[in-house]
Amino acid sequence: MQRADYVICKAFFALVTLVVVIVFNFFLFRILPGDPLRALIQNARMDKEAQERIRTQFGLDKVVWLDVDALKKGDVAGAFDTQFTAYVSNLLQGNLGISFAMRQPVSEILAKRVWRTVILLTAGQIMAIVLGISLGLLAAWRRGTRLDTGILLTGLFTWSIPTFFFGIILVIVARGHLPVGMMVTPGLKPEDGWPYWSDVGRHLVLPTITLGVGYLSSYMMVMRSSVVEVLSEDYILTAKAKGMSTVQILRDHAMKNAMLPMITVIALTLGYTVGGAIQVETVFSWPGIGRLIYDAVGKQDFPVLQGTFLLIAISVIAANLVADLLYSVLDPRVKLD
Amino acid sequence: MHIIDIWRAFRRRPMAMVGLFMLLAVVFVAVFAPWLAPYDPHESIDVTAADILAPPDADHLLGRDDAGKDVLSLLIYGARISLLVGFTASFMSIIIGTTVGLTAGYYGGRVGNTLMRVTDFLMVIPTLPLMLVIISVWGRGIEKIVLVIGILYWTYTARLVRSQVLSVKERKFVLRSRAIGTGHFRIISRHIFPQVLPLIIAQAVLDISTAIIAESSLAFLGLGDPTAISWGMMLNFAFERAISRMAWWFLLPPGIAIVWVSLSLVLIGTAIEDIVNPRLRTHHLFDARKMIARVVGGGAGSPDETLGSGPSSGVEAGEVAG
Repeated sequence: MQRADYVICKAFFALVTLVVVIVFNFFLFRILPGDPLRALIQNARMDKEAQERIRTQFGLDKVVWLDVDALKKGDVAGAFDTQFTAYVSNLLQGNLGISFAMRQPVSEILAKRVWRTVILLTAGQIMAIVLGISLGLLAAWRRGTRLDTGILLTGLFTWSIPTFFFGIILVIVARGHLPVGMMVTPGLKPEDGWPYWSDVGRHLVLPTITLGVGYLSSYMMVMRSSVVEVLSEDYILTAKAKGMSTVQILRDHAMKNAMLPMITVIALTLGYTVGGAIQVETVFSWPGIGRLIYDAVGKQDFPVLQGTFLLIAISVIAANLVADLLYSVLDPRVKLD
Repeated sequence: MHIIDIWRAFRRRPMAMVGLFMLLAVVFVAVFAPWLAPYDPHESIDVTAADILAPPDADHLLGRDDAGKDVLSLLIYGARISLLVGFTASFMSIIIGTTVGLTAGYYGGRVGNTLMRVTDFLMVIPTLPLMLVIISVWGRGIEKIVLVIGILYWTYTARLVRSQVLSVKERKFVLRSRAIGTGHFRIISRHIFPQVLPLIIAQAVLDISTAIIAESSLAFLGLGDPTAISWGMMLNFAFERAISRMAWWFLLPPGIAIVWVSLSLVLIGTAIEDIVNPRLRTHHLFDARKMIARVVGGGAGSPDETLGSGPSSGVEAGEVAG
C-alpha cells in the first residue's frame, strides 16, 4: 500500500473515531433527567423569557436528534434542525456549554487549565520514558541475571500500585520538605519571572515522580523485549565478531531498532497516562484538567465532565494519529495491517 | 500445553508461588470476613468525638476511621468487594474478548475486520475518563462499575486471542481436520480454543488485577458504591478527611491491600504467561558458556512449538492497564 493511502486510511479512522465520540458524548448526557441548562437558569431573578432565550441559544427547545414530524412533511432541513445539530454547531464554534458550579463557559475554564495538565503530563512522561528506556535496556542486556529479575519485579511492583496511592505515600513521606499541593505558592505571579517558575518547578517535583515512576513499567517492558529480540538477531553476532564493544552494539544496534516500537507505545499508553494524571492532580491539588474532573464529579457538574471528556478524547485520538504517521515516516517497512 | 504441565512449571517458580499464596490469603480473608472481622462495619455504633480517627489501640488494631468505625473490619470486608469486582469484571471482559478474538481470527474477512476496527476504536478512547463520565451520569452502583469495567477492558484479550488464532489455524492438524470436513464450530471448540486457553487464563488473571485497580481508582475519585465500601473508597474517605491529621492507620492499610492483591495476581499472571509462551531465553551479548548452562538448566526453556512467540508478558502488563 502506498504511503498516501496509508495516511488517508489512518486519518479516516481517526475522523470516524472522533465522530463516534461526539455522538456518544451527546447522547450519554441526554439520558440525564432535566436538561443541561436547568441548574444554570433556575433563578427566580431571571424571567421566563430570558430563560427561554438561553434555552433557544443551546437549541434545547428542539427535538433531540431527528424531527420525524418535519420529515413526514418533506421538510428535510427542518428535520435535522435538532438539539444534536445545535450541539455540533456549538461545538464547532468552540462552545461547550456552561458549567453548573462555576457559571462560566466550559471552554474558558478548559483553556485556562489545559496547559497546566500539559506541563505535568510532559514532565511525567519524560521521566517515565527516560527511566523506562534505561531500565529496559539494562534488563535486556543482563537478561536472566539477578539484575534483570530485580528490574522486572520493580516494574511489576510499580504497575501494581494505584497511582493515587503512590501519590498519597509521597505526600506522607515528603510533607514538610517539598510542596504537596497546588501549582504555585499563593501570591506569586508569572510576571515575577524566575521566582515564579522555580516555585512551580518545586511544586512539580512530587506529581512528576508519581507519574514518572507509576507509568514507567510499560516503557520498560516494551524496551526490554524489543532489545532482547534485536540482540538475538544474527547481525549482533556479526557485530560482535567484528570486534564491536558491547556499549557500541547496544548503542548503535539495539537502541536504534528498539526505539521504533516506543513511538507506538507512547501513543497507546497516552490515554492510560491521562487517567493517571487525573489521579495525580487530585492527590496534589494540581489545578489542571484532572483536578477539574474530580471537582466536577463531586458537584455533578455535567457540562464540565462532557467538555473535559471530549477534550481528552480528541487529544488522545490526535496523538495516536500523529504516532501512526510518524511511524510510517521512520520505518519504511510499514504496511497497512 | 496441558494444564498439568503448566502447574508443574508454575510450582517450580518461587515468585509465582509467592503470588499464589498472597492471593489465597486474601481469598481466605474475603470468604471468612464475618468470622475474622472484630466488628461489623454495617452496624451503627455509638461514637464520641474522641473515637473519630482514633489511633490504633488494643481494641482497634488499626484504629478508627472518620466515622469512628474499626479500620481493620472495614479492610477485611473490603476484600470481598475488591475480589468480587475483580473476578466478575475480568470474567466479563475475557468472555467478550475471547469471543471477538476467536471470531475475528478464525473467520477474518469483513466480519473480522469490522470487529478489529471496533477493538481499535475502544483502544484509542481513554478508559478512565470514559468510565468517569459513564458512572457519573448513570449513577453509582457496584453492578454498574463491574459492567463498565467488563465492557471496556476486553480489547487487549481480543487482540491477543486473534493473533494466536491466526497462527494456530494454519497449523497442520487444523488444516487436516478441515480437509476431512469438520465443521467450523467443532474446529474452533476442539482444536483452536484449547490451544489458546492457557494464554487466556494468564490474561484473565492479569485482568482481575486491572479491574481491581480500575475499581479502586473510580472509588478514589468519588464514584464508588456507597453501600459497598471498597478499599478505593476507604482511600477516598481517608484522603478527604484524614490526610491533614496524618492518620496513617487509615491511609496506608487499604492502599497496601490493593497493592498486595494486584501484585499477587500480576506475579501469577506473568508466570503463567511466561510458561505457556516462552520467548527467546538468551541473546548474543551473553557469555556463550552461560548460554549453554541456561539452555540446559533452564527448566521450562524448551520452545513450545504449539504457540510460537508472542508479545512479552510485560507489554501486556502495561497495556491492559489503560
